[in-house]
Amino acid sequence: MKRQVPLVLCFLFGVATILTRFSPHRYSQFFYEEVNSWVLIITPFALVLATVTLIRAHVTRIRRRTEYWQYSFIVFAGLITMVVIGVPFGPQNFVFEWLFNNIQVPMEATMFSLLAFFIASAAYRAFRARSFEATLLLVTAIIVMLGNVPVGDLIWSETSSVKQWILNNPNLSARRGIILGVSLGVISQSIRIILGIERSYLGGGD
Amino acid sequence: MLDKLVNMDRRIVFILVALAVIIPTKLRVNLPISVSEPTQKLYDYIDNLEANSTIMVAFDYGPAGLPELHPMGRAVLKQCFDKDVRVIGVTLVADAPTLANTLMEEIAQESGAMAGEDYVFLGYRPGGALVMLGMGTSIAGVFENDYNGTPLAEIPIMETITNYDQISLLVDLASGSTTEQWINYANTQYNLQIASGVTGVIIAQMYPFLQTGQLVGLIAGIAGAAEYENLIDAPAKGIQWINIESFVHLLIVGLVILGNIAFFIRNRQEE
Repeated sequence: MKRQVPLVLCFLFGVATILTRFSPHRYSQFFYEEVNSWVLIITPFALVLATVTLIRAHVTRIRRRTEYWQYSFIVFAGLITMVVIGVPFGPQNFVFEWLFNNIQVPMEATMFSLLAFFIASAAYRAFRARSFEATLLLVTAIIVMLGNVPVGDLIWSETSSVKQWILNNPNLSARRGIILGVSLGVISQSIRIILGIERSYLGGGD
Repeated sequence: MLDKLVNMDRRIVFILVALAVIIPTKLRVNLPISVSEPTQKLYDYIDNLEANSTIMVAFDYGPAGLPELHPMGRAVLKQCFDKDVRVIGVTLVADAPTLANTLMEEIAQESGAMAGEDYVFLGYRPGGALVMLGMGTSIAGVFENDYNGTPLAEIPIMETITNYDQISLLVDLASGSTTEQWINYANTQYNLQIASGVTGVIIAQMYPFLQTGQLVGLIAGIAGAAEYENLIDAPAKGIQWINIESFVHLLIVGLVILGNIAFFIRNRQEE
């Protein structure tokens, strides 16, 4: 019963929602809008689930004294502080805004900025003309990198035009192939879930 | 020597990158900026909107995407307010509301735009695609209040806005895959015109949608932000940062060429 009910619900709602896309009838549209509202109400529960999972994972780390377990206390300190200030007083409270602007923003910006250093180091090591394919990648990367900045056109006036051609043609063709492949995969997986062939979302993996 | 060059200590690369950022920052270099077609298209689209049209701006980025996407947001908002195009701000990213609200208030103050009349920030709702679909039917059904808690019914700009039918354009400023979702759910199902401003790493993903016309324009990374600032004739962070980025790109290209020369000479010697 624990498995049959979710499978039946999934089948019924899956088929009904697909059918609403083919019918402009007011009952069909009412059903579609109603189901959307239900899902919007259910979605915030994912945040609760995520918080519980985060707490569980870090409690386990502290209990087992795994490597760098001390940092888990910082996770709890951050979580509790923001919840204690944010939930009763709202995100526009000046303490909440101060913490966000002066701690979270600089930390996230710093992490992202480090990418520049690692990408430079990785590019130096990875872009070696070892084969025809690697040389093609190397030349393309150099053109796109230079075409993306004003100095590229100062070196050669056609740099940004060549970059644009690369993005408009080889890149676009490859991306479109990927999009089509992924979309077909999503459709087939959705059909498998609606028909109850794919059941891993129920847990247990059968 | 050649071995050292081929396997250069990464700390040397880090120091060189730091210098390539610091020196042009201090020197305040100004390089000529040419405008790419996707940026020009978005600028023209907004420029051709009638006064009192309404666009929606989705601030779908957190603090990590701020350096690239804030200059775009700033430029687009400035163009809209200067042209009397009204703006509705939303976000689908949980840590974006504070950033987006501050930016909208800042640009509105600079341009003399009035809160509630020329712009409104609705805030954040979880649900991603479902929020997009929900607004297609009724914006008030998804956002009952704006970010400040004012009911939508009491906000003058929302008096004539029910759903996407009254929105001339959605500009998605994104550091993730939200633009593709906006295209799938708001453009395909509700025919809402979409444009996008994205971080450098996802520019390439946007080109299929530009070619099909599903995107009316694209601001591509900090280079796109600089181009947009150039178009509205309001130089700011975008132009400053793309000039600095030029030197970092030059450094990386120089290092790659140097590494390859050393690699080839060493291989020759070994043969």
